[in-house]
Amino acid sequence: MLVKNKRHFFNIEHFHMLSKIIPTYHFFQHNQNEIGVVVPKSFLIACLKIFKQHINLKLDLLTCISGVDLITNNYRFCIVYELLSITFNFRLRVKIYTNETEVVSSVVCIYPSANWWEREVWDMFGIYFRNNKDLRRLLTDYGFEGYPLRKDFPICGYIELRYSTKHKRIINEFVNFSQEQKVSTQGAQW
Amino acid sequence: MQLKKKDLNVQLKNFTINFGPQHPAAHGVLRLILELDGEVVKKADPHIGLLHRGTEKLIEYKTYLQALPYFDRLDYVSMMAQEHTYSLAIEKLANISIPLRAQVIRTLFLEITRILNHLLAVGCHAMDVGAMTPFLWAFEEREKLMEFYERVSGARMHAAYIRPGGVSMDLPIGFLDDVYIFSKQFSVRLDEIEEMLTNNRIWKQRLVDIGIVSSKMAIDWGFSGVMLRGSGIIWDLRRHQSYEIYDNLNFDIAVGKNGDCYDRYLIRVEEMRQSLHIINQCLNIIKDGPIKTNNYKISPPSKLEMKNSMEAVIHHYKFFSEGFALPSGETYTATEAPKGEFGVYLLSNNTEKPYRCKIKAPGFAHLQALDHMSKGHMIADLVTIIGTQDIVFGEIDR
Repeated sequence: MLVKNKRHFFNIEHFHMLSKIIPTYHFFQHNQNEIGVVVPKSFLIACLKIFKQHINLKLDLLTCISGVDLITNNYRFCIVYELLSITFNFRLRVKIYTNETEVVSSVVCIYPSANWWEREVWDMFGIYFRNNKDLRRLLTDYGFEGYPLRKDFPICGYIELRYSTKHKRIINEFVNFSQEQKVSTQGAQW
Repeated sequence: MQLKKKDLNVQLKNFTINFGPQHPAAHGVLRLILELDGEVVKKADPHIGLLHRGTEKLIEYKTYLQALPYFDRLDYVSMMAQEHTYSLAIEKLANISIPLRAQVIRTLFLEITRILNHLLAVGCHAMDVGAMTPFLWAFEEREKLMEFYERVSGARMHAAYIRPGGVSMDLPIGFLDDVYIFSKQFSVRLDEIEEMLTNNRIWKQRLVDIGIVSSKMAIDWGFSGVMLRGSGIIWDLRRHQSYEIYDNLNFDIAVGKNGDCYDRYLIRVEEMRQSLHIINQCLNIIKDGPIKTNNYKISPPSKLEMKNSMEAVIHHYKFFSEGFALPSGETYTATEAPKGEFGVYLLSNNTEKPYRCKIKAPGFAHLQALDHMSKGHMIADLVTIIGTQDIVFGEIDR
């Protein structure tokens, strides 16, 4: 069976219309058809609910949640929700900004698939999600400390594991380099 | 001390066992904490991260080109599909288009990769369930396909062949003839595999009505690819958010009806046939021409040019030492990888290193729903469900 093209790329004008009901900071558009919206953190749940259920949007599939550490910003972390509407064939990026001391409300109640993505963000960035019943670390080792994807976490980490023939088991050790690790700074090296 | 009567009557109801991390049916390093009632699964809690290598962190410290080979190592049975997504993301940020021949070569290899992946998926699934033979046949075919990888890139698996701006080098002489020979015999191999499985009584007993996913559940849990199509949702990024030359190709999307493991198996087999069809179309439309963009900021100049132009030598040197800078921007680029929607969220900040590169792996969302899919099934069906999800830990743990 040959399925016809579902071409219904969304128009940004629709969103300006929507801004009357959604409290947003601003809309942005990237690379032809990528559109996104920055929403206040306190209205995240309400906005996502509208995005999911609005008859003209139907963004009912949460593709992924990614964290970004913008270390120089006042609101250090950006959390990006990628939504997809299968009905209308378009994607929407929802962004919120937060910092280390604030909590973000979990969206598991709207998108069940958010659970692991939130666990991953918690694991990697240390952003706490309120109302997530299952916020355990996901990818790092049992008993791991620190948040690896933060920009101030060194790439070599703090702890290394090795098998010790003396103890006949795997032991933890602090990473110790005789030479400081060379990380080339951004920009040209000469 | 005398025990009271009610103390003696304690009944052991549920018990918890540990499955994995080293278990042949776990497709890598999956640790499951299973809560069982007899042999019925009450709860399955996957513990992942045993293959976590910090790819996203490492990519932040590499130039755009150096980061490319990491993508091969994510889902190590569909290598080029991921390089391709990453290359597309870079091309989007750099705002360049690539020559037609490069697009056709990419499409050709994407479909070869799809067959490569589905052969493993079906073969290993069959072996988990108890059929050994299709696995051996599938791996013989995989070997041939990996030889194609080897002939264009020098590596059987981790090819790093699809690069930003095109592909790394042109096809060797006689390559397309051999792909044609392969495509002619491969459908017979598929028939053989289907003969063993499709109407096999044991295979059907193990797969039909196991791990049923309703279309609502598939969307709620963020499924993609075969897992979504198995539940009857017509959704294929190759068609609906087309990239490369898929718009001009003629292929069907296989969609399931019941959303059980058997439907998903049938879809995988049908997708292999469709891939073969696409490969044949690519062989027919491929024409001579450049295989990468001539924008030397994004792709290296050819050897010939380097012998004749100082400018080209400088470009080559700068390209491979310093890399190229991308203007500030962000993109979420997703393609239809064999396992589902593979996405790259790339954030550039005017330097030659990505500021952030988030990798959206399809298996991650699928494994998350394992608990829901396996609830109420027998422990042996759990193995079938892990098999049908086509789990590879390289991409889930990243």
